[in-house]
Amino acid sequence: MDFILQPWPWFISGPLIAFVLFLFFYFGKNFGVSTNLETMCTIAGAGKVSDYFKKDWKERDWALVFLIGLVIGGFITANYLSNSVTIDLNPKTVQELADLGFTNAGDTFVPNEIFRIENMLTLKGFAVLLIAGILIGFGTRYAGGCTSGHAITGLSSLQLPSLIAVIGFFIGGLLMTWFLFPLIFG
Amino acid sequence: MKNLKFLLLGVFFGIVLTKSEAISWYRIYEMFKFQSFHMYGIIGSAVAVSMVLMYFFKNGTIKDYLGNQITIKEKKKGFIKTLVGGTIFGLGWALAGACPAPIFVLIGHGIFPIMIVLIGAMLGTFIYGLLSNKLPN
Repeated sequence: MDFILQPWPWFISGPLIAFVLFLFFYFGKNFGVSTNLETMCTIAGAGKVSDYFKKDWKERDWALVFLIGLVIGGFITANYLSNSVTIDLNPKTVQELADLGFTNAGDTFVPNEIFRIENMLTLKGFAVLLIAGILIGFGTRYAGGCTSGHAITGLSSLQLPSLIAVIGFFIGGLLMTWFLFPLIFG
Repeated sequence: MKNLKFLLLGVFFGIVLTKSEAISWYRIYEMFKFQSFHMYGIIGSAVAVSMVLMYFFKNGTIKDYLGNQITIKEKKKGFIKTLVGGTIFGLGWALAGACPAPIFVLIGHGIFPIMIVLIGAMLGTFIYGLLSNKLPN
């Protein structure tokens, strides 16, 4: 039981993610999460504005059920399967984040500096969250997939578009982390 | 209920993503700073094991639960769309420290402000839908 309560090492986690991929295909579906953002837009009524969203979302009801499962899985782990959150970060990372104004890096899953409730009430705090979301939504749909669809499913099935997409993920991620963070938070 | 298995699969994936710390903003930051092997190990080993699975899917050794051949959807081709789209996604991934699946897992953790990221992601998807005919491939 103690092992379950501790954070899991990468060589356990990675193969377990592959096991999730296996079950998706075994149940006759493809592994990918970001298509659900389109389904959610369809449910919210986006089909009235654009034909792109005129789809029968009921064909993807199983995927929405999966999303509900993700929320429940997060809840169960947070409340019953963890003894502490502390993330074993590289001390250099902790120091660099402190220099950027992010204190106590690794004591929680996400930094208070971005995910504090009060941030939703400030223009900058709200804008950071909303813009990050817009970039995620627009980017995954334009690229045709996210980490699960491109980086894991696409790369492992040796698809060239996924390799290009993953290179893009890194160009964007490096730009944000190395150049834009100091401008946004510095 | 025919979708129960997908509910359980979601629960399991939510647990794995939490216990692996892949839902942590800090782990994503550390990855893009090349200061830890952790995320590379997770994604790398997931891809490596999946490659073996894909081999058995393609040659028909592993069939789906109904006994049908498993087919892997071909990703749409297009250099500009995958590279530019990927770059835009990467910017958001690093800023929010979460890709689509972890967004939902973090809701379960009670991180309420991640809902703004989710609303943003739906908005971004909506903007893409409006522009999809006009964007270069």
